[in-house]
Amino acid sequence: METRRPTPDELLQQVQAHEESQARGRLKVFLGYSSGVGKSFRMFDEGRRRKERGQDVVIGAMQPKTSDEIAEVIQKLEIVPLRYVEERPVMDVPALIRRHPRVCLVDGLAYDNPAGSPNASRWQDVRDLLAAGISVITTINIQYIAELSERVEQLTGKHVEQTVPRSFLDQADEIVVVDAPPDTAPANSETTAGEDTARARMLSALREIALLLAADVVDHQLEAYLRRNGLSATFGAQERILVCVTPRANARPMIESGRRNADRFHGELIVAYVQQPTLRPEDQAALDAHLAVAHEVNARVEILEGDEAVESILAFAREHGVTQIFVGHSLERGWLRRIRGSHVDRIIRGADGMDVRVFPH
Amino acid sequence: MQPSQPRGKLKVFLGYAAGVGKTYQMLCEAQDLKRKGVDVVIGYFEPHARQDTIARTEGLEMVPRRRVEYRGTEFEEMDTDAILERNPAFCVVDEFPHTNVPGSDRSKRWQDVDVLLDAGINVLTTMNIQHLESLNDHVWQISGVRVRETIPDWVVQQADQVVMVDVPPEALINRLLRGVVYSQEKAKRAMENFFQESTLVALRELALRQTAHEVESRQDSLTAAQAAEQTSPHAGDVPAARVDRILIHVTSEASAVMVIRRGKRVADYLHADCFAVAVQERAKSNSLPAAQREAVERHLNFARNLHIETRLLQGDDVAETLLEFARLNGVTQLFLARPKEGHFATFVRPTLVHRVVEMARDMQVMIIAQRKRC
Repeated sequence: METRRPTPDELLQQVQAHEESQARGRLKVFLGYSSGVGKSFRMFDEGRRRKERGQDVVIGAMQPKTSDEIAEVIQKLEIVPLRYVEERPVMDVPALIRRHPRVCLVDGLAYDNPAGSPNASRWQDVRDLLAAGISVITTINIQYIAELSERVEQLTGKHVEQTVPRSFLDQADEIVVVDAPPDTAPANSETTAGEDTARARMLSALREIALLLAADVVDHQLEAYLRRNGLSATFGAQERILVCVTPRANARPMIESGRRNADRFHGELIVAYVQQPTLRPEDQAALDAHLAVAHEVNARVEILEGDEAVESILAFAREHGVTQIFVGHSLERGWLRRIRGSHVDRIIRGADGMDVRVFPH
Repeated sequence: MQPSQPRGKLKVFLGYAAGVGKTYQMLCEAQDLKRKGVDVVIGYFEPHARQDTIARTEGLEMVPRRRVEYRGTEFEEMDTDAILERNPAFCVVDEFPHTNVPGSDRSKRWQDVDVLLDAGINVLTTMNIQHLESLNDHVWQISGVRVRETIPDWVVQQADQVVMVDVPPEALINRLLRGVVYSQEKAKRAMENFFQESTLVALRELALRQTAHEVESRQDSLTAAQAAEQTSPHAGDVPAARVDRILIHVTSEASAVMVIRRGKRVADYLHADCFAVAVQERAKSNSLPAAQREAVERHLNFARNLHIETRLLQGDDVAETLLEFARLNGVTQLFLARPKEGHFATFVRPTLVHRVVEMARDMQVMIIAQRKRC
């Protein structure tokens, strides 16, 4: 495996990350796409198994009503009761910190605390437990993730107030997607076939969102792992498309095709330009227009430095685990200009382990 | 068996390594079905000496396996005929990608499953992401393991449901160390390839993305059904516009297999039509060594098994013949193998890639590089 010496900044990041992870408790999240997929059961059952293996496990928060299946598991576990403030449940963080178990189970990460509580939301309570060195296992539905709530609302028609920021989930040490596909049997005889299809479609769309979110979090973990071990990201599971633009390129079709491909693969789109010392005003204007297109389609835009454009592009691509490079090939300059020895040729030769897509224009 | 029998439904429990709990979860579902009074049997089950899993088979009927002798050794295979005879509503079949012992009626277990489905029997089965044909090169790149037992992607696409059985890699490694998954000696070997943490994380991400893709493609048909129910009777007939058409160039070189896998995978994701074409140069067609001709035929056959339409063309010039065929068929992307290292260096003749890129003024050219282990 190719190794690369970490930069001083990366070393510092590693040391800090390591120190923090030593003191902090570990966070594990069971992620569901809809209620009733069984995430709470999975969490409590894991608590039971850990307790049987000798770990000190308590329940910090649970739903007021539980299924028989869950009730049976809960019986075997210690509960630190919720406090009620104005009839709303609040996790008793001070009591949990005094009790200081090794693992605390928190069902429903997305609750809001009543006004006047030290923390506005339960995820902040969990953050405090982690900071106190208590590991937490918790559950959440995708509809309560702030960055996703709008999309989920469009599908379900249900608005939720309480949300957890995505960045909090990215810090999770482990994330498990609880993927039980919806029962295809009609829910009850009162629904019509049309309603069943609509419901199946909605649940399927929610399921897809949950799987992709988990994949993204896992991708972060992979990057972190590679960084920790000083490995370059030469193998990713995600498609990464790098579109190379120059002022003269016919950039719009390339960027739009890149967007469509990246979307289809649920991958990442990067548009890169290698800085040139001086540009004529009309070239600068053309370049600005290309980069505007890139921003328009939400591409990550990278301005690369380097005397050698081809080398800069290839180095960036290798470093960032790019799987496809899109380049334009101008045929305008006539028959005399052969492809051999051109930039495009050199990218094809240098793109070891990456696909190159050539766009004629 | 009645000819009008509706086909059985297939559900695949997809994992990313041994020990994630695919079989366990499949058996839990079988137990659920039985509790609801559904007629369910176990057609094939691989215990791997995992106590938790074995316990989940309790009370489920097992159709005895068939004993097959091959070269003096006795093997046990699923008894497809006996299951057909028994004709249950649901059948549990472990290890979907398994290859049968030579001399069996069908060479692959997925083909046996196909027979059960045709007979109207619903099937629950398990597989790991490593065994999906189009990911073979990718998996090798990640893990260093060249998986031999593969399943064509279309077989999985035909499943009614694909469920991801997820567990974090750390938990999996813990299970392995506690001896739950393999015996100690086998565990040690496993740790050296598939069970390295970075490999597991990457495979897990692949499995999550693949499941999302499977979910999404099934959604498209639900959307069409919904449109059909809600509006005009013809609304559901309109397929999504196919913007892309992909042409894969097939040669006798080993790299052709990789280009075919990659081209098919891209085509599936883009919902594109896909052709695989080999070109025989007229001048050389008589002098071509038999080994090369056979390799081309083998590669075209490989493409057909992945449900790609294939052609063997004759022409005076490979690049021109390819492009002419591409233009006639409205191809938008042409997939070629990247020339071998040494071939770039020869300045005497431009490579096929050079010539195609120079001539393809009206379509994109995708040059596929050999994946390497880092």
